Amino acid sequence: MSATTTGNGTYVGQSLRRKEDPRLITGQGSYVDDVNLPGQLWAAWVRSPEAHAKITSIDTSAAKERPGVVAVYTNADLDMEAGLPMAWVPPGVEVNTPDHWVLAKDAVKHVGDPVALVVGTSRYSVVDAAEDVIVEYDPLPVVTDPEAAIAGGPFVHEQFGTNKVCDWSLGGGDLEKGFAEADVILERRIVNHRMAGAAIEPRGVLAQHRAGKLTVWSSTQVPHFLRLFLTILLGIPEDRVRVIAPEVGGGFGSKLNIYAEEVGCAWASIKLRRPVKWIETRSEGMMVTHHGRDQINYVKIGAKRDGTLTAWHTRILADLGAYQMLLTPLIPPLSAFVMSGVYNTPAVQTDVTGVMTNKFATDAIRGAGRPEATHTIEVMMDQLAQELGMDGLELRRKNFIPPFENGHETAMGIVYDSGNYVAALDKLLEHIDPAEVRQEAEGLREKGVYRGIGFSTYTEICGNAPSRAVGPSAFGLQGGGWESATVRVHASGSVTLYTGTSPHGQGHETGFAQIVADRLGIDPSMVEVIHGDTDTGPWGLDTYGSRSLAVGGEAAARTAKKVADKATQIVAHQLEAAPEDIELRDGKWSVRGSPDRGMTLAEVAGAAYIPENLPEGMEPGLDEQTFYDPENFVFPFGAHACVVDIDAETGKVKVVRWVAVDDCGPAINPLLIDGQVHGGITHGIGQALYERIEYDESGQLVTGTFVDYALPTAAELPSYETDRTETRSPVNTLGVKGVGEAGTIAATPAVLNAVLDALRPLGVTYIDMPLSPMRIWEAIQDAKGKAGAPA
Amino acid sequence: MSKTVPVRLQVNGVEHAIDVEPRLLLVHAIRENLGLTGTHVGCDTSNCGACTVHLDGRAVKSCTVLAVQADGASVTTIEGMGTEDDLHPLQEAFWNDHGLQCGYCTPGMIMAAAGLLADNPNPTEAEVRKGLEGNLCRCTGYHNIVKAVLDASKSKGATVGQSEVTA
Repeated sequence: MSATTTGNGTYVGQSLRRKEDPRLITGQGSYVDDVNLPGQLWAAWVRSPEAHAKITSIDTSAAKERPGVVAVYTNADLDMEAGLPMAWVPPGVEVNTPDHWVLAKDAVKHVGDPVALVVGTSRYSVVDAAEDVIVEYDPLPVVTDPEAAIAGGPFVHEQFGTNKVCDWSLGGGDLEKGFAEADVILERRIVNHRMAGAAIEPRGVLAQHRAGKLTVWSSTQVPHFLRLFLTILLGIPEDRVRVIAPEVGGGFGSKLNIYAEEVGCAWASIKLRRPVKWIETRSEGMMVTHHGRDQINYVKIGAKRDGTLTAWHTRILADLGAYQMLLTPLIPPLSAFVMSGVYNTPAVQTDVTGVMTNKFATDAIRGAGRPEATHTIEVMMDQLAQELGMDGLELRRKNFIPPFENGHETAMGIVYDSGNYVAALDKLLEHIDPAEVRQEAEGLREKGVYRGIGFSTYTEICGNAPSRAVGPSAFGLQGGGWESATVRVHASGSVTLYTGTSPHGQGHETGFAQIVADRLGIDPSMVEVIHGDTDTGPWGLDTYGSRSLAVGGEAAARTAKKVADKATQIVAHQLEAAPEDIELRDGKWSVRGSPDRGMTLAEVAGAAYIPENLPEGMEPGLDEQTFYDPENFVFPFGAHACVVDIDAETGKVKVVRWVAVDDCGPAINPLLIDGQVHGGITHGIGQALYERIEYDESGQLVTGTFVDYALPTAAELPSYETDRTETRSPVNTLGVKGVGEAGTIAATPAVLNAVLDALRPLGVTYIDMPLSPMRIWEAIQDAKGKAGAPA
Repeated sequence: MSKTVPVRLQVNGVEHAIDVEPRLLLVHAIRENLGLTGTHVGCDTSNCGACTVHLDGRAVKSCTVLAVQADGASVTTIEGMGTEDDLHPLQEAFWNDHGLQCGYCTPGMIMAAAGLLADNPNPTEAEVRKGLEGNLCRCTGYHNIVKAVLDASKSKGATVGQSEVTA
């Protein structure tokens, strides 16, 4: 990119390489652990080895005597009036929400529950000292199975007399009529197992209270939320709290929370009048960075013999773990919003029950409710196709919502913004021919290799969110969904954009700069994008739920337009022309038809800051701000195909081909879209084949490190084939939808459908994820046994 | 705290003499004693490879090496590969191909890739995938990382770090 101001308004749509990268590829990025302060102390946490127990005594004396130890705190030392927050209060729904203290009070409820906080002078010595804290526990009965937990005791929190957190429902259409009209009714129990976000940068926090101001660096997706809750929990005015999310090494939802370690380190830094730093180890992270999924879907669908869907009922049992964290109980309800999928089902009902167990909390992990819904829908579409003896894609086509440009209301009353599902599927089939794959499969079978192809046609809900739809009196989130942007044109003509979103790898600094540059006639290299620091810009609502571009990018676009509008007024005044005759072309505002006389942004800024000749009544300066609250969510969609090879001897699955067609509206930067899709698919393949958070019956975490929690590596994966269709969203002026989670949402059913397609000749009809070699081998043996059994 | 031990390291061509606890990990010596924070830590079990550096020209996971074991050795970190004004071909390729998102695994990934190309200057896609098996990335799905390494292998000077050239 050149540094000249000759923008032609054409940067949007280009695959510009990222502005973020030079610092990151040379080791110059500053993540939390790269920030150190004079006088800094280190924190370590004493964590429960028990899944459920009374704390009978805590002896900190030996730890306190260790050289370098400055303080050891337990719950008795905490002077906070409230525990960690939960932000969902749905009207008319009771949500059993236990207190969740920064340090466990009287009892521990999951392995890893923090019991004491050790603060000292060195990173290694505080870990030694934590080993010296002696805690005595009186074990209590443990429940880890959600079906057992909902059926009765033992109770995770005795005071509720139940493990149920809440019941919540969303539905529309006449379900009874739909099932009565059905020729075929199909029921399945589909398990969507627990998984981790597993960002490669562990969480970390550094807190300093100095000169009456609390500054907290945290590896968080939500610096603005964190500042608000630090204010509430620690009683410090919000203007005296600054939260900085520096370079953040991935989040995937797992850093969308208010964690005990953040509040605890901030609290200790105030008590000790010294900076306190904590960096999570991976083993801690697997225990106490929130998990995701862990739903069982009991699904019942009805269809006519010709494949027409008549009714769809899903009962979701969601294992929420031991505590309700920031959004824990509201994630499973998000599944309900897209339970119609891309289909015109006349009656759809989803009933969600949240249940507590002695595991760590679940909360948002990439997709947050929509992967679970899409998995159930798309797996069921293939199961139904089998039942009806129909081709799965024909069944999908039969039920697709026809193309629409401006609103389609589903049976549940959710209004999708725009969609053209058949176009995405058609485009997918330009790249991959299922008949060809099936022919290849014939040839491979004699070698003991079973090849299968699986599809997933999806839509999802993102662009959080219209405040009226999600807020306290509607869905019950105790917050809004808007986003802010400030554009500051400096006197010399370069620009700073402050966004309230808080990226952690998505590429906002590049994509948002492209949007602003086009509107101001400058090169994107002239636009610095500032994010993740609550002291630099206005309040914002941070980054999660594929919201940043559709809400934050739109806020940036609208703000840049306000600047351009003011520039137009200034130029018209200076050139003695009418504002409506001024146009921006080749980096200059000039009178239409007279491109020779014109002003660059730098010249306009000069006129605005040395205001000798501004229009009557105009304020000097060239800064604008927008708070943008969207009218609706956005609903990206697409079609994915997965080809797998299965070794029938070992049960091992290999993904050999992946074709993805996604529609997130007009591309701002195709390079970034592809990157999001690649990563998203991989997250889904990981869940489908390799990853699983597993607790044993006593509540011990079996998958507590990267040795036993298997993230996919480069060696297991193919290169991906990606393409796009572009359907504008009518919701925002950019026409864009989100794409951060789409790949993950689409992926798991494509893998499962491919595996089932491969194994069909062997008589296997259904298996739950994760599709481990053992599970597949067992399914093959079971099917063989059944086939060989006497009739 | 235990007694300290003197350790000499040549890092990115610069000699350092430091006193360390015997249990200090090389990655912490690099990050905290020498202030080179481009090398990252992502796990406790040597699975993720975010801490990959070159030790006497071989890619190693610096969370699995004690600083005292590296006494007298030459170390190359991401900071020794290239600067923003003079990028190493692998750095350039990661940038061109969008081979990074959050950037946390990237320094280790680049160092591992440099080690891979030193052993096998013209790898196939399958060899790149196999060769990077010890480095985890959660953002990119590896697609663009693999592309970047293949592209870098076609450019001159992709096999060694710059400090090793000048040293």
